[in-house]
Amino acid sequence: MSTAAPAEVQAAAAGDSLAGILRARWQGIKGGDVGSLPVLIGLIGITLYFTSKSDVFFSAVNFTNLIGQMAGVTVIAIGVVFVLLIGEIDLSIGYVSGLAGVVVAELQVPGSSHQYPGLVAIAAAIGVGALIGAVQGSFVAFIGVPSFVVTLAGLLIWQGVILRQLGTEGVIGIQDAYINNVANYVLSENQGWAIAVIFTVGYAAATFGTYLTRRHAGLSTGNVILTAVRVLFYGALVFAAVAVCNHSRGVPLVGLIMLVLVIGAAYIAGRTTYGRHVYAVGGSAEAARRAGINVKFIRVTVFMISGAMAAMGGVIFASRLNSVDLTAGSGTILLDAISAAVIGGVSLFGGRGRVSGALFGGLIIAIVANGIDLVGYPDSVKLITTGVILLAAVTLDTVLRRRQAAVGR
Amino acid sequence: MSAAQQPPTLELRDVSKSFGAVQALSEVDFEVRDGEVMALVGDNGAGKSTLIKCVAGINSIDSGEIYFEGKRVTIHGPKDAAKLGIEIVYQDLALADNLDVVQNMYLGREEHDFLFRLKEAAMEQRTSDTLKSLAVTTIGSVRQPVATLSGGQRQSVAVARAVMWNNRVVFLDEPTAALGVAQTRQVLALVRRLAEQGLAVVFVSHNLVDIFEVADRITVLRLGRNVGVYEKESTNQQGIVQAMIAGKAASKEAEVAT
Repeated sequence: MSTAAPAEVQAAAAGDSLAGILRARWQGIKGGDVGSLPVLIGLIGITLYFTSKSDVFFSAVNFTNLIGQMAGVTVIAIGVVFVLLIGEIDLSIGYVSGLAGVVVAELQVPGSSHQYPGLVAIAAAIGVGALIGAVQGSFVAFIGVPSFVVTLAGLLIWQGVILRQLGTEGVIGIQDAYINNVANYVLSENQGWAIAVIFTVGYAAATFGTYLTRRHAGLSTGNVILTAVRVLFYGALVFAAVAVCNHSRGVPLVGLIMLVLVIGAAYIAGRTTYGRHVYAVGGSAEAARRAGINVKFIRVTVFMISGAMAAMGGVIFASRLNSVDLTAGSGTILLDAISAAVIGGVSLFGGRGRVSGALFGGLIIAIVANGIDLVGYPDSVKLITTGVILLAAVTLDTVLRRRQAAVGR
Repeated sequence: MSAAQQPPTLELRDVSKSFGAVQALSEVDFEVRDGEVMALVGDNGAGKSTLIKCVAGINSIDSGEIYFEGKRVTIHGPKDAAKLGIEIVYQDLALADNLDVVQNMYLGREEHDFLFRLKEAAMEQRTSDTLKSLAVTTIGSVRQPVATLSGGQRQSVAVARAVMWNNRVVFLDEPTAALGVAQTRQVLALVRRLAEQGLAVVFVSHNLVDIFEVADRITVLRLGRNVGVYEKESTNQQGIVQAMIAGKAASKEAEVAT
């Protein structure tokens, strides 16, 4: 042990050059930190394949449809990301979403004693989802029942409740305009452009705000040009998306809702103390506990987020169909949502992944389903393909995790 | 010790603790002063872990007194210990592997503004400064996940965390148990620097070589009782081993300290 000069300062400064960043990035990839690279490659590959197979796939109309098709699962997957981050699982989300659809439909039945304004019904549905999450999370956090079993019980219970509630009629139609607008309203051209401007300006302000704070503090800031390119890239992406949507019907409101939820959840997970504690509990619950973090509080609230997001997804599904029926929350919703999070790079082992993964994963699953329908393959192909992609994603996660652990030793 | 006139930073007097029929600690005295490394040794079952847990507030004591800078205090929970400035560094259990060095250093004590937004730049700066002040220079970037660090680097982060919070007393529970030779030297040098910065350091270990390299004084426990407190200069490894196993005072000087 010698008293060497503080070498990390120079190292940080050298890392700001373009070549230095690329080298560090390559080092990171070799060390198992691949970020969103596999998802991006997968997305491009799948898009190219379906474009070559179907004339309609790569069109403005289909792109707009895709947003509506991915929104429900993506919103549910946001909640799944949080649950996976603390190393737990929530199998009840499918039927919680279904139950939320039933709640929102029941609370708007015209002429009944329980007819409320659409927004109140939506809030109530989300509240029910959060409450369910709180109950299930309490079993996990306070009693220590494995989340797999608690939420498996939830899966059965909430399915039963849906059947019981809808049993006599089997279907409830939704007439409330607010509720139906959630999935079906389309923004005007100018509203679409306004969103693109707000997003780009906001993202640029946040990015350069971080840059200036770090420079002011004398820390490594990353390459300025690369930062600018990143802002321009994402800004251009949003403008392109709005342009394509406006070329067909316009930007669907549900796309905006999805984007706002993803950004809000990403902010909570990545920028706040709460999010930091979520990651800590997932990385090592014991270390978190010894550091004074209220692990039980984190667990319960994460299940509440999961329940609330599932409920919001359920509202979107119900709104899209203008009704709920006995199939609400069933089918592939549960597995699609979990797959979306995992394909998006969120580790099943806890503590690794980002909220934006839900968006990418949801997009991949929606594109596969959409493309297979357009090409005219049967449903069997859809299931098999999604399954293979999921297996590939989990295998990648496992391999990367092992490699990351091996680098240090 | 030159500062012998001042009261010890942390002092335990006649502390007893039993679990059912098992008397884990009986009338144990213990003290540590600012700027010294006090080793705490004993065979398995000597009561080292119980003593740490009592000071950390995980177990409450049955009888006896705890003094902090001469004032009588009670420790009922981990929060009381933290408030006094007592930090325990547990062996390899203190870090979250998926978080980076800065995030681990601030775990549970993140700096944030009124919107609960993390002050990343300030935390990163202070982490770098702290590591530099302790001459922990082998860590390439404070933004790399702890999982990618070596065992010695991880332990260095865990120990360095203890000095960031104006702690007065730091307990290190077997900090070198899982480390190789070079990494052990690295951590021992760090322990020495903690004491040089004025902290009262308690070094719990089985390894007598490490203890004689880093400690100023050595407290020996055996079967939950005091054997004695030894100045490092006035004893040797055989003396300590004899005290640990046979429970006898290994040298005449020991009687002075107890």
